[in-house]
Amino acid sequence: MNPVQDLIKNLADEHGRTRANLLPILQGVVEQEKYLSEYSMIEIARELNLSAADVYGTATFYSFLEHKKMGTYLIRVCKTITCAMKGKNQILLIIEDMLKIGLGETTSDGKFSLLQTNCLGWCHKAPAMLINDEVYTELTPESVREILTEYLKK
Amino acid sequence: MVAHSYQLKRADFIFKNENDWERILDKTLKRPPQELINELMSSELKGRGGAGFPTGLKWKLTAEDPSDEKFVICNADEGEPGTFKDREILSKVPYKVLMAMAVCGYVIGSQKGYIYLRGEYKFLVPELNKVIQEFEYYCKQIGHQFSIKIFLGSGAYICGEETALFESMEGKRGEPRNKPPYPSSNGYMGKATVVNNVETLAHTFTIFKYGAKKFYDLGVQYSRGSKLFSVSGDTPKPGIYELELGMSLQDFVNEFGDGDTKAVQVGGASGFLVPRKRFEKTTIGYRGKLTGISLPTGGSMMLYNSSRSMYNVLDNYLEFFREESCGQCTPCRVGCQQLHFGIKAVKRGDKPAQYLDKLLKLTETMQLTAKCGLGQSVANSFSSIVENFREEMIY
Repeated sequence: MNPVQDLIKNLADEHGRTRANLLPILQGVVEQEKYLSEYSMIEIARELNLSAADVYGTATFYSFLEHKKMGTYLIRVCKTITCAMKGKNQILLIIEDMLKIGLGETTSDGKFSLLQTNCLGWCHKAPAMLINDEVYTELTPESVREILTEYLKK
Repeated sequence: MVAHSYQLKRADFIFKNENDWERILDKTLKRPPQELINELMSSELKGRGGAGFPTGLKWKLTAEDPSDEKFVICNADEGEPGTFKDREILSKVPYKVLMAMAVCGYVIGSQKGYIYLRGEYKFLVPELNKVIQEFEYYCKQIGHQFSIKIFLGSGAYICGEETALFESMEGKRGEPRNKPPYPSSNGYMGKATVVNNVETLAHTFTIFKYGAKKFYDLGVQYSRGSKLFSVSGDTPKPGIYELELGMSLQDFVNEFGDGDTKAVQVGGASGFLVPRKRFEKTTIGYRGKLTGISLPTGGSMMLYNSSRSMYNVLDNYLEFFREESCGQCTPCRVGCQQLHFGIKAVKRGDKPAQYLDKLLKLTETMQLTAKCGLGQSVANSFSSIVENFREEMIY
């Protein structure tokens, strides 16, 4: 068995093999693999005895289930109204400049990807972003530079 | 001028630390379920997620259902732009929510609870799981069977709609179902289910501890109790505040505005934009019975000052709705898209100003024909912005 098959089998053992466990399994694969390949969706379908179309249907509905390989650190900058009002664009420009990538792109070393996302629920501390599951709020040009510098060292 | 004697009143129940939750749980579980339902009904607590369905009635209907298995779900898919109170409750006083879920389970006859937590709040999981473990251990000690599991969302606003939430938990696309049947008979896995917002559950703790009267005495007629407000935008003090319902928007702006407030968005992107000239006449509470206009809200209060373009605000909301529409019904899928294209075309001058009236008609159609609250409520912000700031849409 290859590593993806192993991963899927372990996730199915952990969560169960019914349709109701599909989302946690998809999330588990994305966490490890940084995306859902066609191959992993077909494997999940096989493991759970579902049709591949059902798995694909669910997998393509959710914005946090990626279908393109993402970097080790996935940056999601909130673009909803309060963050937009409080300087989200400036934050984006700095990230783009530091990492030399545009929105939707991944650095050539596969370390960072940059996306925008809808309301993260930190409007009182806007602008906000997520790096993987970690939240950063009240961003300023200086603080974003500091945060990214730390990640670049990792 | 409409006279309003009501002033902004702070309350402090939700975040008050209650060290005796174990005692309260013991005591509450010894009372007959019917008595607890009556207590909730007489408190007149209404759902704090925004829809405002009477909580006691919801529990009662689910309790009366003959389903062989039932579920309690805590809706923590807080995704409405401008809302951030539920996360705060779950990180500061999670035990209140867990206790309320267990009591709900006792009342309706369920031994299984779920917390549907939005993926954006995944960082809460380790801490929350620890509290759940302790809580379940305590339940076992006192011989009460109840388990709670966290189910993580994956970045879909629509999953906060209760039937979309069920679909998501069942491993499907988060597409809302037709109602009826209602969750009280046909919820998660087709079984009777109570879905309550995080804040609603936290309020039931207050009611079971202090009695319905304490809660009922807050607020005004038809809008009883206190409510958490998430305040953001152009304000010198953004944050979360617990206030009694029934306040006038003018009082709210006096307290939270920056002296230059042009409009307030009440209830997030799916709520209403209130322009300055209506602050005096608008009250915050459940619809209808108060003087002037009464607006319900899940707690999102976004303030805009005169430096903001209402066109940009609407553009941002419509982009949000376009992306978050589940796409299953045509009025919403195509409607959100056309509204967005439409305002851009008017702004560019590719369409005449009268085109805005066509778009307003479209929102009426969406309100009537969209399958769920998302498509139906796009009309709220769209019409309140376009009607009040028409010139900003055009020039």
